[in-house]
Amino acid sequence: MDASLEKEIAAGRQRLDAHVREIVQWHFNPDTGCEFWLNYAQKMDFDPRKTIQGYDDLKKLGHFQDDWLRGGPVRRWLPRGLQGQPLCVFETGGSTGVPKTRININDFRVDYEAFGDQLSDEGFPKGSDWLMLGPTGPRRLRLAIEHLAQYRGGMCFFVDLDPRWVNNLVKRQAWEEMKAYKDHVIDQAMKIMGAHPNIKCLFTTPKLLDALSQRCPLGKLGFTGIFCGGTEMTAQFNRFVREELAPGIDFVPTYGNTLMGLAVAKAYDPADHYAIIYYPPLPRAVFEIVNPDNLDETVPYGATGRVLLTTLTREFFMPRFAERDEGERAAPCEQFPWDGVSNLGLLSSLKTSVVVGVY
Amino acid sequence: MLHLPVLRGGKPYLSLDTIQLKHVGTGETVALVSQANPGLIARDLILDARHNRQILAERPVSELISMSRRAADLFMTGRLPMGDVMQGPDEFVAIQSATTGVPRALCHRNMEKIRFVLAEMERILMGLTRGLDLSVLDEGWNGNAQRPVSYLSQADMLGAVLPSNSPGVHALWLPAVAMKVPLVLRPGRQEPWTPFRVIQAFLAAGCPPEALSFYPSDYAGATEILSRCHRSLFFGDAATVKPWLHDRRIELHGPGKSKVLLAPDQISRWEDHVELMAASIADNGGRSCVNASGVWVGGRAPGLAEALAEKLAAMEPLPLDHPDARLAAFGDVQVARRISDFIDDHLQAPGAEDLTAPYYKDGRVVEMDGLAFLRPTLIRCTDPAHALARAELLFPFAAYVEVPPADLLDLIGPTLVGTVLTGDDRFAGAAMECRHIERLNLGSIPTGRVSWDQPHEGNLFELLYHRRAFQNPASAASAAA
Repeated sequence: MDASLEKEIAAGRQRLDAHVREIVQWHFNPDTGCEFWLNYAQKMDFDPRKTIQGYDDLKKLGHFQDDWLRGGPVRRWLPRGLQGQPLCVFETGGSTGVPKTRININDFRVDYEAFGDQLSDEGFPKGSDWLMLGPTGPRRLRLAIEHLAQYRGGMCFFVDLDPRWVNNLVKRQAWEEMKAYKDHVIDQAMKIMGAHPNIKCLFTTPKLLDALSQRCPLGKLGFTGIFCGGTEMTAQFNRFVREELAPGIDFVPTYGNTLMGLAVAKAYDPADHYAIIYYPPLPRAVFEIVNPDNLDETVPYGATGRVLLTTLTREFFMPRFAERDEGERAAPCEQFPWDGVSNLGLLSSLKTSVVVGVY
Repeated sequence: MLHLPVLRGGKPYLSLDTIQLKHVGTGETVALVSQANPGLIARDLILDARHNRQILAERPVSELISMSRRAADLFMTGRLPMGDVMQGPDEFVAIQSATTGVPRALCHRNMEKIRFVLAEMERILMGLTRGLDLSVLDEGWNGNAQRPVSYLSQADMLGAVLPSNSPGVHALWLPAVAMKVPLVLRPGRQEPWTPFRVIQAFLAAGCPPEALSFYPSDYAGATEILSRCHRSLFFGDAATVKPWLHDRRIELHGPGKSKVLLAPDQISRWEDHVELMAASIADNGGRSCVNASGVWVGGRAPGLAEALAEKLAAMEPLPLDHPDARLAAFGDVQVARRISDFIDDHLQAPGAEDLTAPYYKDGRVVEMDGLAFLRPTLIRCTDPAHALARAELLFPFAAYVEVPPADLLDLIGPTLVGTVLTGDDRFAGAAMECRHIERLNLGSIPTGRVSWDQPHEGNLFELLYHRRAFQNPASAASAAA
């Protein structure tokens, strides 16, 4: 590793530790913190504001449990320091039980603006409009993509797909109904694309990207940039899109969910053999790739482990949540001097029990 | 490492998604198999199906039959590409046995089935079309002006979602090429070998590559094939095929529940039939849908069940490369144990007794050289409604059921192949009328003996072609006269 990258990594780590201190101060301060964390602190035999001085100290808080986010009262997560501001509530997909809920004020705007700053003007021309083809409903994506379009000077058209209904169809193996629903969704997209030539940018999921391209070549539809996310993507899918579905179109795969910001993939580099390597938006979110049997043990670079996700914003504090995904720990790079993850997929132990990536 | 590619219209494509195929005994990885993502399959089928069909349809049937004949020899004896290496028949059998657990002797036998179908393609097409002048597939119609005959192809491609359990079933889709319908194959996870070698034999024999696609994939990929191909064959267990039960484009090949039926008039001669019963249960490792999973008797036949149990129990697990090996192996001992436990759990319910258990002091599951075997099992069910009376399991397993003579044909339930042993014309007539039986073997023919010109499930020609009304000026004038 060259010296300048090492320096960048060290600087990033310092920024992260400082940010952790700031966020812990905020969430555990009786004047600014939320009911959940203030109650949590009362059950601990230490004061997090004194004890937690950096990212590594977050271990002392244990692992965030997703069950805490299932059901209400949702306002127990609202920091007192943010009371009175307009609130949004977002839900996760619901593939592992009752959907998790997260309150949100401005985080999605901050996250998607940061993401928007990284998009190329060639692929995603400023002032052009967007099509959001995917799950809207109670998800963060609905507002986030619209905000992204607005942030880059455009508007966003929407075609909704309800992934919970698709889950239902998958569980019933109702393939005919599934096809009819998919056709219904794609029909709407085709109508919009035929009527609004200023749409150049697309957000969609991998399966809907496949479905749309099966109806008409994506270049002919007028897209110059595709932002793809929502479910896992393999290196093979990445290659297939770049070589066959959307050659010449700027393809930006992302990884994210309601609980974190948006992890961007490292810029395409043939040397990566199409592996999609995601980096979290440090210091607002952190990935740690750990031994699934010992969540305190980080795996070596290149090894596969479970994704531990930490979200560190003033709106939401989620320390070391064990995601349902596993992936390979990726080394820092010049563009992102902190840990990333590649070859993401559903945790092996969950593969038979969870329906994912249905849309 | 041997790496099997996807074949997109015959063109190799190495995917970045691969699965590892492991040796059932050692657990060692013996090959990588490229996996086609569903979008790739869909794209190929949308863009290329019509073109691929046109290329194949330009070849006269007679040429395609000759080509099949050449492919037969190449398949049986040639050195053909297997991914990035060349493979002769012995290497092919060795690796097929290694990943499926099927003894090499049975793999050789299955090769012969494939060879036979390819070599005898003309006879098989005659059987499937009931003697049709095959030039109708070249010209679209034939016959004379008074009585023109026309057949219309129903498919630009035949999809086949294939199993891993028995390499012999591949003979069913082979005639599609000679019928001018390109193949889109999704192989079974453990047994990509036969479809790949057949494709290579066809290619070496001069078949247009566009007619041959090979898409190893997950279930989503299989669904893409079933949804997009105009006609498909789908092999799977009852739960897997259930969502497609009412799709007329798809010919389903689920559990066979094949049976040997001993009519009342033959009970006194049961000793003559024990050999046939045992062969029906255990041939080909007992893994095929045409293996008998039941011996149903119209009356009381004292001694028959015990004699059959003794005969089956004499089959010993042997190393897979032993020339006399007849039992297939499981790589994962837990799978064998789960099947065995399933039987034992159901034996707790009254009305069933394991007649082979006394022969197996160490139990039904045998572990040997890293492999697990299930020893042949015969269960006497005194209650025809017992769960084990209609179970079908992946090894030589059968229920022995005695029922009142008058009820025999009513109680058997769905039966893919029914071998009916009778000399009584009235019983034979009733068997002819029995709607439970798909393929009727009337007489001393093991359930597993397949006549490829009369397939046991469906008829490929009828799946792929539809007879239509046809007129031209000459025939119209003739009709008017």
